[in-house]
Amino acid sequence: MEVPILKQGHYLIASIQSALSDADLSQLREALIARVGKFRARGVIVDVTALDVMDSFAVRTLRDIAHMARLRGAETVIVGIQPEVAFAMVQLGLTLKGIATALDLEEGLAFLDRQAQGRIDNRQGHGRIDRG
Amino acid sequence: MGVSTVADELRCLIAADTDVVQARQTGRDLAAEIGFSAGDQTVVAAAISEIARNILMYAKRGEVRFTKVLDGTRQGLIVVAEDDGPGIRDVSRAMQDGYSTSGGLGLGLPGARRLMDEFEVVSAPGQGTRITMRKWKRASA
Repeated sequence: MEVPILKQGHYLIASIQSALSDADLSQLREALIARVGKFRARGVIVDVTALDVMDSFAVRTLRDIAHMARLRGAETVIVGIQPEVAFAMVQLGLTLKGIATALDLEEGLAFLDRQAQGRIDNRQGHGRIDRG
Repeated sequence: MGVSTVADELRCLIAADTDVVQARQTGRDLAAEIGFSAGDQTVVAAAISEIARNILMYAKRGEVRFTKVLDGTRQGLIVVAEDDGPGIRDVSRAMQDGYSTSGGLGLGLPGARRLMDEFEVVSAPGQGTRITMRKWKRASA
């Protein structure tokens, strides 16, 4: 089951549609990392709303995606973790420490926009320091 | 792959990663039939996912069996995961968070134990592994 990856501006959006096997998850990781370069993406959103279970392999793969994307210059946001899924993840001892999460796609996009704005502000800030 | 019914028992053979998905969906469906809350259905599915993946990682193949139980007034689900793989040398260590001999996160067994109400591991080197887990339907659910 291949996960469709959409390009929207500088962002990539991977919308998981159904339960994924380990091989599907690994394939998603490879596809996203390749596309970050191909499309020069600044942000990645992985929408897991349709996932009814997140086990240790799924969480590890999402963490890998976020870390690899960051190494390639893109921020990742995981959106749509369902309440029952969050409950089971905590019981399992699974965390997404250091990885951005948002309630849904809309919040995820807003987060990436704020990140991008922050980068611009930073650059302008440094510019002023340089001139000073 | 696939599910077959033996008396009241459902079996899922585990030999590929898609079988892990099949096993956890079977467990979730049974939990729903018993009337588990949505939260507990997810909890059962997550626990099954971990132990089914362990079969795949360590033993390559095995099976997960499901039985609905009525114990007095309690209703529940028994899940047994069994394989003829290499077995676990040190079961108490394997039950500790973060201990893994496969490069995984080491949360599979201890995590599954936290998710279920009862959890037993029978294993010895060279003699395979049998994990029995039970989850009871909560009265308020």
